Amino acid sequence: MTPLQLWITIGAMGLVTYLTRLSFIMAWGRLAMPDLVRRALRYVPTAVLSAIILPELLRPGGGALNVSLSNARLIAGLAAALVAWRTRNVLLTITIGMAVLWGLGLIGV
Amino acid sequence: MNRSEFLAGVRAQLPILLGVAPFGMIYGVLAMGAGLPSSAAQAMSSVVFAGSSQFIGASLFANSAPFLVIVVTTFVVNLRHALYSASIAPYLERLPLRWKFLFAYLLTDEAYAVAILRYRRDSPLPAGEESRVRGKSHHSYYLGTALALWTTWQLSTAIGIFFGAQVPASWALDFALPLTFIAIVIPALADRPAVVSALVGATVAVAAYEWPYKLGLMAAALAGIIAGLIAEQLSPTTGPKSG
Repeated sequence: MTPLQLWITIGAMGLVTYLTRLSFIMAWGRLAMPDLVRRALRYVPTAVLSAIILPELLRPGGGALNVSLSNARLIAGLAAALVAWRTRNVLLTITIGMAVLWGLGLIGV
Repeated sequence: MNRSEFLAGVRAQLPILLGVAPFGMIYGVLAMGAGLPSSAAQAMSSVVFAGSSQFIGASLFANSAPFLVIVVTTFVVNLRHALYSASIAPYLERLPLRWKFLFAYLLTDEAYAVAILRYRRDSPLPAGEESRVRGKSHHSYYLGTALALWTTWQLSTAIGIFFGAQVPASWALDFALPLTFIAIVIPALADRPAVVSALVGATVAVAAYEWPYKLGLMAAALAGIIAGLIAEQLSPTTGPKSG
């Protein structure tokens, strides 16, 4: 690949990514969105974020599925979820989660 | 510009940055290993500005993949941003055009996750109503949180390119990202449809994890959204119309 081709490719990668991000932001208010779409959008954060979280806990480092007490990230994630549920405090949730992960690492889990 | 909201947005993004900075350094190292010129590796972080697709892009460059394969792969890997775009669009409806252009450029997983909660906190109504009841301060919050991420991504890429990865993997700082998302999602599970959408999305994501190009994540998101809608139909008392 020549330098020119490389830069054109990077530009095209940026363009398709940008247009994806811009799509609905531009369309909103110009196109009539069906009621179903409006209601569906309510579930985007919970569906997407949970879909990012659970594989991180159950497949540490992108490896094999590990649902057991030997999975430190799963234990730390559950502890963090408990803290988030009881306190709704973001910083405390992260602190406890990292502390549990490091603590389990120290005792060799 | 609301200064205190801007700073609140920056603060809310800080824990995520703990995980993003090592990720950006690793990208820089990997892009060098893939044989990209340092200027192109850095440019990818500002032109594309999407972590996963940059990793995949670098390895495709290293394997001399054809132009069309690289661009289509990038498009597919970043498809989920269309969901973020749709989700945040009602709140940005009345922004001037040039701000819409900027906000779209800054729309990443991390910025979306933090900002959408701020937008919703004051207007948890169905999207049609939401656009009428939000203040400008939320835009300052979005800008703060998104620019904090952008700056960190650019700097950590540069550090990776010129100095290598500086944070030992054993610190496991990447775990700060799922932890932050846990802290965001748990309080958002306010009614049964929300819980159902989270459970279905998470389960499908684990099952479809090995699908290529992040399509498993896209499928999980769509499944979670559909499940939420179905749950809403089955339990109309918890639907947004009454909330």
